[in-house]
Amino acid sequence: MQEAAKKGAAAAPKGRIEIDFERCKACELCVPACPKNCIEMGRRINAGGFAAAVFARPEDCTGCAICAESCPDVCIEVWR
Amino acid sequence: MTDRGKDRFTKKVYARPKSLVDVKSHFCPGCHHGIAHRILAETIDHFGLREQTVGVACVGCAVFLYDYIDVDVAEAPHGRAPAVATGVKRAQPDKFVFTYQGDGDLAAIGTSEVIHAANRGENITVLFVNNTTYGMTGGQMAPTTMLGQKTSTSPYGRDFRKDGYPIKMAELLATLEGTAYSARVATSTPAQIRKAKEAVKKAFEMQIKEMGFSIVEFLSTCPTNWGMKPLDAQKRVLGEMSEYFPLGVYKERKQADFL
Ligand SMILES: Cc1ncc(C[n+]2csc(CCOP(=O)(O)OP(=O)(O)O)c2C)c(N)n1
Ligand code: SF4
Ligand code: SF4
Ligand code: SF4
Repeated sequence: MQEAAKKGAAAAPKGRIEIDFERCKACELCVPACPKNCIEMGRRINAGGFAAAVFARPEDCTGCAICAESCPDVCIEVWR
Repeated sequence: MTDRGKDRFTKKVYARPKSLVDVKSHFCPGCHHGIAHRILAETIDHFGLREQTVGVACVGCAVFLYDYIDVDVAEAPHGRAPAVATGVKRAQPDKFVFTYQGDGDLAAIGTSEVIHAANRGENITVLFVNNTTYGMTGGQMAPTTMLGQKTSTSPYGRDFRKDGYPIKMAELLATLEGTAYSARVATSTPAQIRKAKEAVKKAFEMQIKEMGFSIVEFLSTCPTNWGMKPLDAQKRVLGEMSEYFPLGVYKERKQADFL
């Protein structure tokens, strides 16, 4: 139990992002930009026909906002 | 956007800049015009200039500047943005005046306008987006096109014997006495994006302090006309493009010593 709590604490995210599903153009630029590898390309297609990026590994997010600064379409908002 | 992230994390550390209108852009996926627009809007916000700014848009993919940047914008004929900006700034010197131009606009049809605006030391700021091609019209060869680069008007690749060499505008304009600031930046890595922002801030400061003409050249991408995926287009910028067009500050005036 204690072990699990410790693990949980170590994996606790320090931030959170939100990707605007409809605005995303699936350019993939945010994927390698994230130093924690939190973002992946999704499979769900938006109205523009793009398989938008998804916040796949929220547990590792530090809220550094590097992904948001790299997105040419300003789709990403970041909270800490 | 929703406020879902607020549940646990209450401090919004990144949001769309206020001067960037909340609409979807028409730019192709991965096009760095979007990054340059955002840096521009962030810098306008940083200096609190939104109500005092007049932008001058070019002809090219950035022609819809007025739809995206929440300031007054005049549309100039192809290449003539620095001439239009000269008029705006001279008539209203209290306004912050910038142009935003592509390489077909600034380095081809508008070469004369930008050189003379710089040489006159016009107190304006130019954002110059170099994607080595005419994006809007389908990827024709520009003066900035790299040697060997295949475009719709150089199907065998640009050949210096016929087409000359890619023109280095940041270096060229730095040689002019009226230029206060000239830098070349890129936006293909997070670190480069931050540096680009610093350069745009410096360029704004030059105008605010009335030091003269300032220009920031962005090494940009045109994934569509390069026939590349956006990530590969960024690799091209980091590789051959920055080798030929070195990043850096080519001129930075420290004080108004030009009088
Ligand atoms: C006087 C005039 N000549 C030619 C054109 C056609 N034209 C429209 S955009 C463009 C080139 C734009 O290329 P660039 O400045 O590199 O901008 P990009 O689209 O790549 O961002 C040209 C030649 C025009 N609109 N007006
Ligand atoms: S805020 Fe930082 S850690 Fe979180 S997803 Fe974006 S780049 Fe990755
Ligand atoms: S950088 Fe922006 S537009 Fe591109 S995939 Fe990521 S969220 Fe979508
Ligand atoms: S054509 Fe090229 S420069 Fe124009 S929006 Fe598309 S990628 Fe950007």
